[in-house]
Amino acid sequence: MIRVARLFGVSWAFNMKQLTRSGLFIFTSVVEPLIFATMAYYLFKAGHRPGTLLYASLSAGLMGIWTSTLFGSGGVISWQRWQGTLEPLVAAPPPMILIIFPLTIATATIGLYSLGGTLLYGRIVFGIPLDLVHPVWFVITIPVTIVALGALGLVIGSSFILYRNANALANMLEFPVWLVTGAIVPLSLLPGWVHYLSWVLAPTWGFRAVRAAAFGGDPLPALGMCVVLGIAYLAIGQVFIQIFETRARERAALSLV
Amino acid sequence: MRNALRIFTIGGVLSYRALFSWQSPTYYIPTMLGHPLFQVLFFAYLGRFSNVRNDSFFVVGNAVQVCAMAGVYGMAMTIGGERWTQTLSPLLASPANRFALFLGRALPQIANGFVVSAFGFLVGRLFLNFHPPASAIAPLALVVLVSTASCTAFGLVIGALGLRLRDVFTVANPAYFILLLFCGVNVPLYALPQWMQTVASGLPLTHGIAAARAVAAGAPLSSVDGLIGKELAVGACYAVLAYVLLRIFEVEGRRRASLELI
Repeated sequence: MIRVARLFGVSWAFNMKQLTRSGLFIFTSVVEPLIFATMAYYLFKAGHRPGTLLYASLSAGLMGIWTSTLFGSGGVISWQRWQGTLEPLVAAPPPMILIIFPLTIATATIGLYSLGGTLLYGRIVFGIPLDLVHPVWFVITIPVTIVALGALGLVIGSSFILYRNANALANMLEFPVWLVTGAIVPLSLLPGWVHYLSWVLAPTWGFRAVRAAAFGGDPLPALGMCVVLGIAYLAIGQVFIQIFETRARERAALSLV
Repeated sequence: MRNALRIFTIGGVLSYRALFSWQSPTYYIPTMLGHPLFQVLFFAYLGRFSNVRNDSFFVVGNAVQVCAMAGVYGMAMTIGGERWTQTLSPLLASPANRFALFLGRALPQIANGFVVSAFGFLVGRLFLNFHPPASAIAPLALVVLVSTASCTAFGLVIGALGLRLRDVFTVANPAYFILLLFCGVNVPLYALPQWMQTVASGLPLTHGIAAARAVAAGAPLSSVDGLIGKELAVGACYAVLAYVLLRIFEVEGRRRASLELI
């Protein structure tokens, strides 16, 4: 158990350090959400929705968490391939999922930069007070959401590997998931069929829980759904990783870029 | 002159074909069509929620801006990528006319950007409340073409910077999002602070988007000729700046023997 925890911690910390040194990744997870936050502030101001400024700030941060999860997890196995570290990782005794899952959680954790950055930016530049209705719940909902997104990242990372142009797919999925999960636009404005899609996405429930903690409401039901979906993603991710590993071993294609 | 023309056309087409992944539908469709599709939809719904303007405002703004997918990223990869693929040294060792060499690389991206923008408008027409009069289509196409050319000149500057930087995307990504924020794509210019409006007037797409909105609403082309002229002037300035930067970086790269550094 201690070994598993140690492996988890080391993999998570290592990937965090690696991602933090990437200028492109830092731009994606810090600067891009600030640009979206600025756009949302001015848009809501122009639409005379001053009460929604903290909403804009928080939403831009949550959008950033999804972006860093998507771009980080989408390429997590490919990057190991390019670096030549995938073979030793697969050959190592621990199950593959115990190595990949902390890496995808790290990509979601980088999203904390987005959230912290946009809230701080809103406070300093636009003077938006950070008045949270349930601050304790807020602190609880954030890590739960991040772990659930990390689990979703595991599914993304293990399925994108079969798609040669995984980064192109990641480029495409940023906006639709923002829309479908109600990251900034309420789901009530979207067509009814979108709601079914949103239910199976953990970010929907995670974002809902974070908002309930920040603006009032009961975050527990959404948080519960987030945990349930996170566990389901882990199971799906495990199956995908096994398929990938078996195929790659059979075809001797593990190190092929 | 004939040689320069050959380098301009054939060289440009070959450089576009050298973006190997872009030849594949599995890359092109998600990046060049999927991303614009969802960008237009996302901002149109955000616009509905914010109560600022109607769908048409957001469709036109985003459909014009998505030309930057080709204009900015395409140019960044075409010019900046020469170093990555180790073709920069032989290219600069050749006696080819530099103006024809680099401007030729912009031509296919202008065509590609136009297609991407047209797709953005189609998305607005099919899925959103955007119904321009049929008489507006030809003037709109002209405005989009001018805007795409101007944006590609801006992309040429980004590509030039890519000759110096380790990763061209550290400039290309911010450039794309700066256009999204400053150029009145989603936030009306009057709602931005004065300094942002000043910056916007010197960026590509700002005047083009304003012209496109007027034309899509049924205004005659003659009423926006001033805006089109400004868009062309801004594009020309970026083209000259890109040429100067490319020459400076070429000389610097030779002096410091850094052309092949990745």
